[in-house]
Amino acid sequence: MISLNVNGKEYQADVPADASLLWVLRDHLKLTGTKFGCGIGQCGSCTIHVDGKAERSCGMTVDQVKGKKITTIEGLAEDNPVKRAWIKEQVVQCGYCQPGIIMQVAALVSQKPTPSADQIISKMDDVICRCGTYPRIKKGIKTAVQMARKEGK
Amino acid sequence: MKTSMTRRTFLKSSLAATGLTIAVSVSPFGYRLLNASQSKEALKGFKPNIWYEIAPNNAVTVFIGSSEMGQGTHTALATIIADELDADWKQIKVRQGPAAKEYHNPLLGEQLTVASAAVRGFYDPCRKAAAAGRSMLVKAAAASWGVPESECDATKGTVIHKKSSRKSTYGQLCLAAAKLEIPKEPALKKEGDFRYIGKPMARVDIPAKVKGTAVYGLDVSVPGMHYAVLARPPAYGAKPVSKNEKAALNVKGVVKVVETPMGLAVCAKSLDAAWNGRKALDVKWDKGALPQMDNAFIEKTMMAELDKPGSKAGENGDAKKALEGAAKKVKSTYFVPYVAHTLMEPINCTAFVRKDQCDVWAPTQGQTGAQMLASEVSGLPPEKVNIHTTYMGCGLGRRAAPDFVVEAVIASKATGKPVKVVWTREEDIKYDFFRSATCQRIEAGLDGQGQLTGWSHKAVAGSILTPINPKAIENGVDIMSLWGLMDFPGSPDGNRILYEIPNFYLEFLISELPVPVAPWRSVQNGPNAFVTESFIDELAHAAGKDPLEFRLPLLKESKGAQRVLKVAAEKAGWGKPLPKGQGRGIAQHHCFGTDVAAVAEVSVNEKDGHVKVNRVVVAVDCGLAVNPLNVEGQIQGGVINALSTVLKEEVIFANGGVKSANFEDYDVLRMSEVPDIEVHIVKGNDKMGGIGEPGVPPTAPAVANAFFNATGIRIRRIPLTSKVVLEALKKA
Repeated sequence: MISLNVNGKEYQADVPADASLLWVLRDHLKLTGTKFGCGIGQCGSCTIHVDGKAERSCGMTVDQVKGKKITTIEGLAEDNPVKRAWIKEQVVQCGYCQPGIIMQVAALVSQKPTPSADQIISKMDDVICRCGTYPRIKKGIKTAVQMARKEGK
Repeated sequence: MKTSMTRRTFLKSSLAATGLTIAVSVSPFGYRLLNASQSKEALKGFKPNIWYEIAPNNAVTVFIGSSEMGQGTHTALATIIADELDADWKQIKVRQGPAAKEYHNPLLGEQLTVASAAVRGFYDPCRKAAAAGRSMLVKAAAASWGVPESECDATKGTVIHKKSSRKSTYGQLCLAAAKLEIPKEPALKKEGDFRYIGKPMARVDIPAKVKGTAVYGLDVSVPGMHYAVLARPPAYGAKPVSKNEKAALNVKGVVKVVETPMGLAVCAKSLDAAWNGRKALDVKWDKGALPQMDNAFIEKTMMAELDKPGSKAGENGDAKKALEGAAKKVKSTYFVPYVAHTLMEPINCTAFVRKDQCDVWAPTQGQTGAQMLASEVSGLPPEKVNIHTTYMGCGLGRRAAPDFVVEAVIASKATGKPVKVVWTREEDIKYDFFRSATCQRIEAGLDGQGQLTGWSHKAVAGSILTPINPKAIENGVDIMSLWGLMDFPGSPDGNRILYEIPNFYLEFLISELPVPVAPWRSVQNGPNAFVTESFIDELAHAAGKDPLEFRLPLLKESKGAQRVLKVAAEKAGWGKPLPKGQGRGIAQHHCFGTDVAAVAEVSVNEKDGHVKVNRVVVAVDCGLAVNPLNVEGQIQGGVINALSTVLKEEVIFANGGVKSANFEDYDVLRMSEVPDIEVHIVKGNDKMGGIGEPGVPPTAPAVANAFFNATGIRIRRIPLTSKVVLEALKKA
């Protein structure tokens, strides 16, 4: 039995220590908002927060996150500036890559002091959106940064 | 979004008179409207495509058959109904309809979300259905107050009698309205009175997608669900020579190994067990049909096929004679490689076959095909097969193929369990049905004044129709492979090269290469437009004319193409000087009823061969834009897909199979490579065109033409990788 702290809740999963964190989240904990895209950390669809830092869950084992706080897209607050900016700017098309992208941006936006939109945009080459929403992602990042600064989040 | 609505529920809920339900049935001969609380007899045989329901709790629910893969169809169709019904947008809910004959797209004749056809196919019928409902609600209100209908107005889900300040909500009126006869020719609103159509409406699917609660195919979970993964051949046509089934079955959790036409399916209680079982199965394969096939072989083969006799696909005038008499001749050969779909959600499907029922949960663009094949494989009649369409992690045409449905149904039938088939990214790329490579040669003639006199065109490509509808191939001509080069019967859109070429000849040969191909956003319009629009640019240069000025007089009959070319050129500052090492290129293409022109600006680094696209300016004429915000998003997406193909994408083959495996060796466009993309919507066309795909075709040639403008070197083979560019610069 492995214990996992996800979105502020303690879970138990009957999986080996080297089980993939991504698939344990999806298939055992039924937190399917975190997506499988490539399995080798090349696309960013599986991005989650481990102790507040953006990480690719596809390349991690459950053992590696023992005792750490995991946040998935389902656990990111509804009023998080990135989630609100994504709705305001109508970023999403198919939406499959967006939970991972939102998690990555949210981790960057929450740094103190809040980085500039351009600084964040320059760190987004390791995610893929096949629908081609990149222009709106850029807009979303700008709006999220503005919201975060204004609200001191 | 719930996906469990079926025709049976439609009939049941309608007959129970729970509110006002208006359905519309569309056929190639027109449409019929129906008030669902009419007698049972009227409902018999009535096959609605789309329907909406107004309930006493004031909710308006719209049921839609088309799939939502990110293109915004659900929002657009609901917008049309909400506007014409004069409902309040806040009342509107959207539900995905089931697979059923009821949902066949009037432009396509089956339930299929392709060809950028969903919104334009249902625009008129949706408006009529909504106008009928509005008129019935007004009539019911007027009768209840004993006032003339003409004194009552419908607005935002309420009918108001101004004189007496009385009002009733649609929810309050729906039961009385349901008892009324449905008007045959309900009056439509004036376009100027639209409240939602033409406005940047927020999409209905976005909140759930941002929360992470939207259910995609891979997220489906059914009680008792097992998993299956397939061991697939490493080369085309390869057959298994040995396997260790015992070892696979010894893996904890593995329950069965099942043969399928696509490979050996290892079925297990968990995904890990299935993957471990596949490894243990250790299938050894023979060398397959064409072990020597790699990229060089493919290019050489297609070039050689270009010299073999093909089939005449189109002709007007006498191209041969015109070329003989030409003052100047230009002849060029182009090659576009195979590219993959790489949808972010790898291919998957879940099925549960029982004695008397089969359920399929599929991220599919083609419900009709899915239902037909699930019925064949399960042995159950189609009406016992329920297709539950999930959200899709992108579609791009790949999900119109039903191969994954077949795999899931076979695995479920063999195990008696609900089974989810999961593809890895590596499988998703290696076993994709690619956008076909194509090799094309054009020879054209100009007269002494630089006027185009004749055009002789030969194309070789894979056949898209062979696996899906081989009967549609007449005399060796696959119209889908030639999309954008010739008109074809039965299509509501013009699909030919728009330029008015006085003497024209088009010949086609289906390539013998064993690589499977399928539609890829805009089908072959993408590669075909790359060829024609690059070549037109070559002709302009040969004629000593500006590329825009050369094109316009050849498009006298195509006002839409003229409009978008002029707008894109003007907005991009066509003709304004650029710094050294930079260039500007233009291209246009018409497909799916929509005209698009693009101007691209590029920088070329002659030292390292790097091409950077700095800016793309697009003008689009799709007639009425139901949701301009979505039109912008779809065009930008199409442009980005096309930039990815012109700059980076090419499937790598080796040893008779696919070598590319993941984003490490099949990379797509990334954020820092995306230029500013301006989209200008030009409303000129009377007829509504599609919007999901037309952004692709003009983009790649605009970039290649800009490269020529910057360097004086013509690139006839994409992608424009540093290696290709450096070689071209060296040769020049």
